[in-house]
Amino acid sequence: MAIAENIPAPDPEAEARAEARRRKLMAGAVPLATAAGLIALWQVGVKAFGVPTYIAPAPSDVAATLIDKFPLLMQNFWPTLFESIAGFAVGNIAAILIAIAFVHSRNVERAFFPIAVFINTIPILAIAPILVLIFGPGLTAKVVIAALICFFPTLVNMVRGLQSISPQALELARILSASKSEVFWKMRLPSSLPFLFSALKISATTSVIGAIVGEWVGADKGLGALIIDATFNFNSPLLYATVFMSSGLSVLMFALVSLAERRIVRW
Amino acid sequence: MMAANDIAAGDPVTAPQGALAASLKGASVRFGAFTAIDRLDLDIEAGSFYTILGPSGCGKSTMLRLVSDLIPAASGEVSVLGKTTEAARLAREFAFVFQDAALLPWRSALKNVELPLEIGRKRGVDIPIGRRSPRELLELVGLKGREEALPHELSGGMRQRVAIARALVCQPKLLLMDEPFGALDEMTRDRLNLQLLDIWRETGTTILFVTHSISEAVFLGQKVVMLQANPGRLREVVGIDLPEPRTTKLRDTQQFTHYCGYLRDLLETC
Ligand SMILES: Nc1ncnc2c1ncn2[C@@H]1O[C@H](COP(=O)(O)OP(=O)(O)O)[C@@H](O)[C@H]1O
Ligand SMILES: [Mg+2]
Repeated sequence: MAIAENIPAPDPEAEARAEARRRKLMAGAVPLATAAGLIALWQVGVKAFGVPTYIAPAPSDVAATLIDKFPLLMQNFWPTLFESIAGFAVGNIAAILIAIAFVHSRNVERAFFPIAVFINTIPILAIAPILVLIFGPGLTAKVVIAALICFFPTLVNMVRGLQSISPQALELARILSASKSEVFWKMRLPSSLPFLFSALKISATTSVIGAIVGEWVGADKGLGALIIDATFNFNSPLLYATVFMSSGLSVLMFALVSLAERRIVRW
Repeated sequence: MMAANDIAAGDPVTAPQGALAASLKGASVRFGAFTAIDRLDLDIEAGSFYTILGPSGCGKSTMLRLVSDLIPAASGEVSVLGKTTEAARLAREFAFVFQDAALLPWRSALKNVELPLEIGRKRGVDIPIGRRSPRELLELVGLKGREEALPHELSGGMRQRVAIARALVCQPKLLLMDEPFGALDEMTRDRLNLQLLDIWRETGTTILFVTHSISEAVFLGQKVVMLQANPGRLREVVGIDLPEPRTTKLRDTQQFTHYCGYLRDLLETC
């Protein structure tokens, strides 16, 4: 009894905060634990059935390769990172500018939108060799492929975003006798940002795919080249480690764009 | 030292007696073959509070949009403070408050109120600066302390008050309001009605206020403009002779219910 009286009265707000923290922790812990469980299962399965390493390496082999071959992996990571970022930038800037032109003039849209749709229908794997032929085996072809893969989703989203301003906001602009450029900078462009960022999050990961596909077709460095190399040499642990690095690159790009979105789009 | 605000404060906002804030002479509006407003004659006296009633689709919004130069008249004449509607728009003589507040969601409450002062500034447009700063206007509408809030952090009533503050920032001589409180609950609406009457008395501006609520029309208006539908025509202008300043108690008086009853009967025949 005496002890119970010494316990401070429960603070409902602190309790709610603790509860929220618990829930957040659980939300992170559950998928992590599941992933760890699956990896453990994979390790045990490969060892128990004696699967040869070149068919499916155990996670421990992959981890060992990640550590042993880290300098090699990083040496091939940087070119792919550069191609992805450059392709991301070129493709998205082009898409944004063309979207602005489309919204500005219906005629430009009528003339060029079907072409954009057509280019989008060509599988990137089919167009990649053509671009490598045109631009040669250097970085340019990979940047162009990464840019191309980013281009269409951003174009479509940006056009939608620029048109998403409410009719009443446009009437307000008219009542204030706003100029075309004021409507653009103060209304259309900011209201397009949520649309733009959902497209940028898509291209953050697809630009990496574009760069790697470009490297498959013809390159002697980059994660894509390393994937091809490891496959032909039956070096499965290296192949898996390279794939791991590739998805790490995608996650990094996605995280950067998400971070920027959270800081910029606060409404 | 004399601040720019003090000079503006010296200007009388109220127009001379008998002046017209707006005038429609045989004004018609057509959308294709459809006549939305048919030969409307209406004089809006400066400084008065007009409420506009009528069945849905009779052209109330269209009338405000006509006066505010959002749509042209097919025939007839419309003038605002003796100017064409275009000249009045360019001089920022009027402001518009929409049903949904039409705030820019990425701008804070204060930044939304400041928007009219930014539009045209770089082009050297002569923007009439009201005697109240955006901050003071937010205080006037009861939003002191919420200057930095984004629209999605505010309630519907608060957003509408931000829109009213924004409309007042260029000190308009005519305030056009299209069902500004139509989406709000009754208690919020009653409170905003009282606030709006305070603002009207204090600024001396002319108000044209569209509503679909008869009691709101009677409570706010010195004159109720009744429009009829198909085609949109003026039915009657009913003077509301109730003691000023109006208070909530007024709603219980016999006079008030008498006006409401009269308008309800009239509306049924429109
Ligand atoms: N932009 C437009 N194009 C075609 N018809 C319209 C347009 N705006 C309004 N109308 C028509 O004009 C009539 C009056 O509309 P409105 O002024 O919005 O009515 P309300 O009195 O309900 O505000 C309605 O029949 C409506 O359908
Ligand atoms: Mg309407």
